[in-house]
Amino acid sequence: MSRRKTERLLSLVVCLLSAGKYLTASQIRQAVPGYPESFDAFKRMFERDKDELRELGIPLETGVAAAADTEPGYRIPRQAYVLPEIRLEPDEAAVLGLAARVWRRAELAGAAAGALLKLRAAGIDAEETTQPGIEPRLQTGEAAFGPLWEAVRDRRPVSFGYRAAGRSSLQERRLEPWGVVNRHGRWYVAGLDADRGQTRVFRLSRIEGPVSLCGPAGTVTVPPGAGVRDLVREWDTGPRARRSAVLRVRHGAGYGLRRGASAVGPDPRRAGWDLVEVPFSDVGWHSEHLASFGSDVVVIEPADLRDAVIRRLKGALA
Amino acid sequence: MTAAGGGPGAAPDPARRGAPPRVTPATDRLQRLLALVPYVVSRKVVGLADTAAAFGVSERELVDDLNLLWCVELRAPDPYCPIDLSYEGGEIVVSEAESIDRPLRLGVDEASALLVALRMLAEVPGLEDRSALSRTIAKLEAAAGTAGAAAAQVTVQVDDRARSAAAQVRDALERGRRLRMSYYVPGRDEATERDVDPMRLLVVEGRTYLEGWCLRAEAVRLFRLDRVLDLAVLDEPASVPARAQPRDVDQGLFRPSADDVRVDLELSAAGRWVAEYYPCERVEELGDGRLRVGLRTPDTRWVRRLALRLGEDGRVISPAELAASVREDAAAALSQYA
Repeated sequence: MSRRKTERLLSLVVCLLSAGKYLTASQIRQAVPGYPESFDAFKRMFERDKDELRELGIPLETGVAAAADTEPGYRIPRQAYVLPEIRLEPDEAAVLGLAARVWRRAELAGAAAGALLKLRAAGIDAEETTQPGIEPRLQTGEAAFGPLWEAVRDRRPVSFGYRAAGRSSLQERRLEPWGVVNRHGRWYVAGLDADRGQTRVFRLSRIEGPVSLCGPAGTVTVPPGAGVRDLVREWDTGPRARRSAVLRVRHGAGYGLRRGASAVGPDPRRAGWDLVEVPFSDVGWHSEHLASFGSDVVVIEPADLRDAVIRRLKGALA
Repeated sequence: MTAAGGGPGAAPDPARRGAPPRVTPATDRLQRLLALVPYVVSRKVVGLADTAAAFGVSERELVDDLNLLWCVELRAPDPYCPIDLSYEGGEIVVSEAESIDRPLRLGVDEASALLVALRMLAEVPGLEDRSALSRTIAKLEAAAGTAGAAAAQVTVQVDDRARSAAAQVRDALERGRRLRMSYYVPGRDEATERDVDPMRLLVVEGRTYLEGWCLRAEAVRLFRLDRVLDLAVLDEPASVPARAQPRDVDQGLFRPSADDVRVDLELSAAGRWVAEYYPCERVEELGDGRLRVGLRTPDTRWVRRLALRLGEDGRVISPAELAASVREDAAAALSQYA
């Protein structure tokens, strides 16, 4: 069954590509073998065949050959069908082969493989082989990636359930998505929050349940210079550090803190300890970080940070 | 095809009724056939075995594809066979390809998958061939036309703090040299000195890692390059033992082993991020946004630090000794403030 259908679809493509003009349904029925006798059955099968060819990206157009014609015709313009000429140097083909590996087992793996197949068919010798010594990958473990990619691709608004950081309840959010960003391995979607009228960034791993596409294609307008990448960076890095803390850090400990320190020196009042000055902005996040060092780090000042660390530690003790 | 459209020999397929057309075995094969003809045409003559390998099919399947192509027939206005080919002696030649001598243009998803990946590669530290990358991106954009536009809606930012370390690792890989480094282990707040024979650079989950044979651990280890405090390429040649197995990146970077300790944590809504950051083997919703998670680790020291960080937002449920150590750590830390 499948073979006969493949034969029929292939004949249909060759027929419409070669004709160079619009062919009516009856002309197609005469030229392409494999359609049923009954005209109604033919029509139904032909309708589905057209859909399937379009689904593959084949530009099957409907129109009339001359203004006087009443019956619609079909054609595949060669210029719209063929991949434009592309030639790659060996080093270019090598990076293309590397790029095709990036999506392995992730959402667009099939698309990448399909693209590589067409480029090979264009005469490019791009093997999906490793550049020696380097192996790059993108993961799309989040279920929301697929529908959000469709939404940004087709410019459609979406809605989804979202659990914001630290929130115990799920909120329904409506978004005009402008772009999907992977920053340091995590996926985000940024756009216009339809309820709040403001730009918002959402982390895909915090989306729960299905993502619904809730408007027709082309209804989302991405403002020029939307700067989706910057929106996500700001969201991820938080405000710039404006405050400074003084810490007592045990010798041989607190490497992470010392790396980001603005000043490090021995503590004159306690042997075996250093005084380390670090910039910070958010008391909450920073107190968590400092608490993780346990008895190797003591906050001297400011008082609010010191109190926050003590609260954390008491929480762990309880 | 659906039952409604079934002529003689058309088997019904209820699953597809009413559903939009998707890629089916028939259309999947059609895509292959439409690529196969230009593949041969652009190379003039190709071997059966090589071609089968390039398309990921067996030689038998390939021959069946070629026969199918050869049998294509159009009946009007006059009957003719648009495709002529031969595969005698294991060599394929297409002498008549009609209008399918060139591949179909790239679809939006296809163009986007490659363009997003290429633009990501342009961000990878240590990948020095930037000129080849930008040339390839430009050529692909030109060939993709409008189908390439949607790729701009997806961007990938790779952590590039480790650019110089990555360049040194690439240098060591190319020249086959051993690396000496000082490596920070945040989970233990320790800097360790190690000699490592590099195997490859991995760019996974937005971070760059060195995979190599660690002479100290006598095992394959992963090192996140932004945690390398100091790095030197030694004159000594690298010698990765034959038994060193690179990991299968597609199975996930960190796989628990049977010997690992199973740790159970209870998290408040504010502590849920733990389930996003660490690979958990079990995640259970407890209501009100609270979670119970189970994870496996060979070394529980980082869990003690995690528990201090979480404070009242997380609690070690088991093992009990670990929960006791967390309380001791917290008490010791608090005594410094007394």
